[in-house]
Amino acid sequence: MKRPELLSRILILAATLGAVGAPLFFWTRIPLIHAQMAEDGGWSPDVLYAEVGKPLHLRFTSDDVVHGFAVGQMDTQIVDAVDIEPGKVTDIELTFDKPGIYTFFCTRWCGVNHWRMRGTIEVTGSASDPQPATVPLYVTLGLDIDAPHDAPSIPSDQPSAIRGQRLASNLEISEFTATDFYQTNSPYQLFENLNSAALSDSEKWDVVSYIWESNTTSKALTGGAQLYSQNCAACHGENGAGDGVFADDLKAAGESSMQSMAGADNLMMQTPVDFTDTKRMLGASPALLQGKILRGGMGTGMPMWGSIFTEEQIWDLIAYLFSFQFEYH
Amino acid sequence: MLKRIELTRNPFIKSALKNRYPQLAVFIVMLFGYIFAILAGLIGTPVGSHNFSIVFVWIAWWAILILVAVPFFGRGWCAVCPIPLPGEWLQRGAVLNPPDKKPKWLNRRWPRALRNIWLQNISFLLLALFSSVLLTTPNITGIVLAGMLFAAIGLSTVFERRAFCRYLCPVGGFIGLYSQTAPIELRIKNKQVCVTCDGKPCYNGSANGYGCPWDIFPGGLTKNTYCGLCMECIRTCPHDNIAINLRSFSADLAKPSARMDEAFKAFIMLGSAIIYAGVLLGPWGALKDAAYNVGTGAWFIYAAVFLGIIFIIMPSLFALCVSRFENLKAFKRRFATLSSSLIPLGLMFWVAFSLSFVLTNATYILASLSDPLGLGWNLFGTANTTWQPMLTSILAPGQTLALVSGLIWSARTSQKTAREAQVSSIPIIVYCLTTTLVMLWLLL
Repeated sequence: MKRPELLSRILILAATLGAVGAPLFFWTRIPLIHAQMAEDGGWSPDVLYAEVGKPLHLRFTSDDVVHGFAVGQMDTQIVDAVDIEPGKVTDIELTFDKPGIYTFFCTRWCGVNHWRMRGTIEVTGSASDPQPATVPLYVTLGLDIDAPHDAPSIPSDQPSAIRGQRLASNLEISEFTATDFYQTNSPYQLFENLNSAALSDSEKWDVVSYIWESNTTSKALTGGAQLYSQNCAACHGENGAGDGVFADDLKAAGESSMQSMAGADNLMMQTPVDFTDTKRMLGASPALLQGKILRGGMGTGMPMWGSIFTEEQIWDLIAYLFSFQFEYH
Repeated sequence: MLKRIELTRNPFIKSALKNRYPQLAVFIVMLFGYIFAILAGLIGTPVGSHNFSIVFVWIAWWAILILVAVPFFGRGWCAVCPIPLPGEWLQRGAVLNPPDKKPKWLNRRWPRALRNIWLQNISFLLLALFSSVLLTTPNITGIVLAGMLFAAIGLSTVFERRAFCRYLCPVGGFIGLYSQTAPIELRIKNKQVCVTCDGKPCYNGSANGYGCPWDIFPGGLTKNTYCGLCMECIRTCPHDNIAINLRSFSADLAKPSARMDEAFKAFIMLGSAIIYAGVLLGPWGALKDAAYNVGTGAWFIYAAVFLGIIFIIMPSLFALCVSRFENLKAFKRRFATLSSSLIPLGLMFWVAFSLSFVLTNATYILASLSDPLGLGWNLFGTANTTWQPMLTSILAPGQTLALVSGLIWSARTSQKTAREAQVSSIPIIVYCLTTTLVMLWLLL
């Protein structure tokens, strides 16, 4: 074979092999974590591995719309969630100081099944002994968090902590202001406990409102509001009325959407809870709400947040939820 | 009319064309890009606006093809298109060396019944009907590009020459049609030399090169449509009788062909440009959805309307414009001949339509250039170029200018062809004017 012919053949083969080989080489050498809407597969891969103390370098890309990334149980990660833009690559470095199984999740309302976009990071290592998980309060109390819990009666006007504070100054309420009491009783139970006082029903509700406010801080309420706005408002609505941007979609998806989950044959689709529903909220104890948030709605559209929020964040969130009912300072 | 200027008189141009290596070098670079685009489409990001295959094929390549290559160089793209390269190597058993005397493969003649561009019309329409998905979905683009490459290879083993390019390529069909308007042509210098030439090496091949891969005898070339500008005849002609000429625009349309396949190609291209402008640039969400959701009832309706406009409405209205019915044969001949008037208009419709999405999406080219594999690279510092429509101020004037010049160009062409066909050109000009107004309304 003449040299030019041979050279031409080599060049054509090299171009072909190079065009096939180069992309394959780089794509396999630089693995990306792909984010897609949950309907199309969510995170891929959705299980990641890390070691305590060793930086975990992750490279994300979105295959459809803008997604976000955050890791549960890591306070700062929720606040500093990063965006993952379609077709672009986002670099993230994480270091874990405790072993365990962490949940990472999408922080952008990417679609009606946004909340299903979750994955886990399995962190191994022995930097510190694993801490046993604390049993949630609702479990200790043996609460049936799925049972109806409406308050038998409700105030005619929105209770005010400002008025309640004035009224409470003449009352002996120290037994009700303790954290234990607040967490384990509903506002209605406190209202009932205030029966002996010589107050009108409306005044009693004002005192309830004041006691509820005294169990939180403005910092906790601000934190709760931020968590709510990032994670809850998509379904429950910015104003808590259960009318978030996905509420209609969830309703439209109906039971079929929920029954697609394994073993969920008889579950009813529910529309997002309305936190402005006075009967429902005043009949709910913080412990009960903690249970619902931790565990989720079991087959409804309500996700479990236990693997994502810290205990403190959940109490902050609950304090904020009651602000839809009470007028605080 | 401009006199022809023979570009191959220039020794530099001549030796650049006669020598195989410059073209081969471009072929190899193009082949790399083509296969790279297939891979990028198949395994790269599914986000079209950031995938090399979508950005470089449907924005960059398309812009060069329709705004520069076709209007100014006719089949200039076919001269460097890498699709036939692997198949020809297989077919000839060589890249540069003369082929064996005994063919390596079946080497059949292309079936006589299919020696027209109907298959190209169909292949273009197949892509056109799926275009909303094809133009935005990288893996579909990858599959189509790969399919074309493998089809070309497969056909090379069964049929002689470049059967895929000549008879099947969905792009080659319309490039051929519009190449008649280009100011470049490959022609013989002296017919008598060809008549007396022994062995016709331009068609049959010789030690200096291959017989015309496009199955053309250059001695009979009168229009650009089927000459792929592969330059083989320049290399094989023992009498130096082949020239590349600079000529006036649309010189081929002075004597238009009367072929129905080419006539319908003109309607397909004109109609598709109008429909695309409506679907891709128009404000109708339901129409976009129907075009995108392939296989749904709405898509079938869209497809039926698409084909109805192209095959029934537009040709029927045009038939009314050229009617003077004596007998079917004469009518068909006149219909086909006069439809060549629509060629400049169709080309300028495509220019106007393409200007819109090319200028709108050109910034994606910069981003994709720096990160062709979507791996977060920034090779040239342009990876984070934010999407921004370019030259927005000249878009509407540019499109209007293209459409108006297309209208004038077609009107002038129709005046000449109508005179020869002994009909009035006024109905044809009204037809062109009406379609131009529709296009203007859709674009602006």
